[in-house]
Amino acid sequence: MKVTMRIRRFNPEKDKKPWWGEYTVDVEPTDRVLDALHQIKWYQDGTLTLRRSCAHGICGSDAMVINGRNALACKVLMRDVGKVCQVEPLRSMRIVKDLVVDMEPFFAKYRAVLPYLINEEEPPEKERLQSPEARERFDDTTKCILCAACTTSCPSYWANQDYIGPAAIVQAHRFIFDDRDQGALERLQILDDRDGVWRCRTVFNCVQACPRDIDVTKAIGEVKLAILEEL
Amino acid sequence: MTAVLESIYRGITYRGNEGHWAWILHRVSGLGIALFLSLHIVSIFLVGIGPKAYGWVHATLYVSPPAKILEVFLIFGVLYHAANGMRIIIIDFFPALGKYQRLIVRIELVIVILVFIPAAIITLASLF
Repeated sequence: MKVTMRIRRFNPEKDKKPWWGEYTVDVEPTDRVLDALHQIKWYQDGTLTLRRSCAHGICGSDAMVINGRNALACKVLMRDVGKVCQVEPLRSMRIVKDLVVDMEPFFAKYRAVLPYLINEEEPPEKERLQSPEARERFDDTTKCILCAACTTSCPSYWANQDYIGPAAIVQAHRFIFDDRDQGALERLQILDDRDGVWRCRTVFNCVQACPRDIDVTKAIGEVKLAILEEL
Repeated sequence: MTAVLESIYRGITYRGNEGHWAWILHRVSGLGIALFLSLHIVSIFLVGIGPKAYGWVHATLYVSPPAKILEVFLIFGVLYHAANGMRIIIIDFFPALGKYQRLIVRIELVIVILVFIPAAIITLASLF
């Protein structure tokens, strides 16, 4: 089937502002948007720039706006995009080139929530044991692949890029509710800020955008309640 | 100003689901209510100028057909803003309900419309 790909192009060295490039691709209905982008890059216009690594929905490199909605290009099938497929870089991020955005501010927010196990006690000889029930408590938020689809779909983030964003809160949730961790209070204090969890307006765009089906707004809600109870 | 316009553009062009549109309507209704409150303060303040100006605004301008139609929008805005605010508060305190948020938005709209229709009829009845 033939599909027209409308791609938001921008080369900061040549272009004053972004423009739309149109390409016709011949694809199978079961091909993915990433395959169509590859076809353009490999056979039509080698200057098209995009980021992807595993191409199988695990690494989170190819998050972009596909037909007006955040998704991973490697997880959206061409049969679901219609005759014209519009692809843009993630919103509210500095465009490095074409579909590649500067992820550094996003990762800075990730680092800000101390996304690692904090436990000052001497580790046991083998490992820190945990019951299946205790592990289940934060299972959902372990699935995050840091693709930034949630954060850049959030209206609060569009309006204010100082907002820590859903992805960082999800990462904090993963450790706050881990019974082996002792850094919950510290993380809750970091998130109890005007640019922390309270900027969440419960819009649910993050839940829709998450390629891992994480219930992001529920995780943010649980962190909000934990702040009310613990601080 | 550019940042505000860009933010509005992103809001309108993003293809979100019920939660996204509920948020946009919440913002628009909030702005409408803020505009009305400003107008309300100005019109009440007219009493300081004199009974004639105050009387004209309240007895003539506010009962005119265009004002009544705007009043219907105001009723919808207030009802929606209140109902949607309640929905957000409920989901904030019971995050597990987020799983049903698309259904909850629809239920909320049905409740708003059920209250809005009789209120609109009563408001517009004076025109006929």
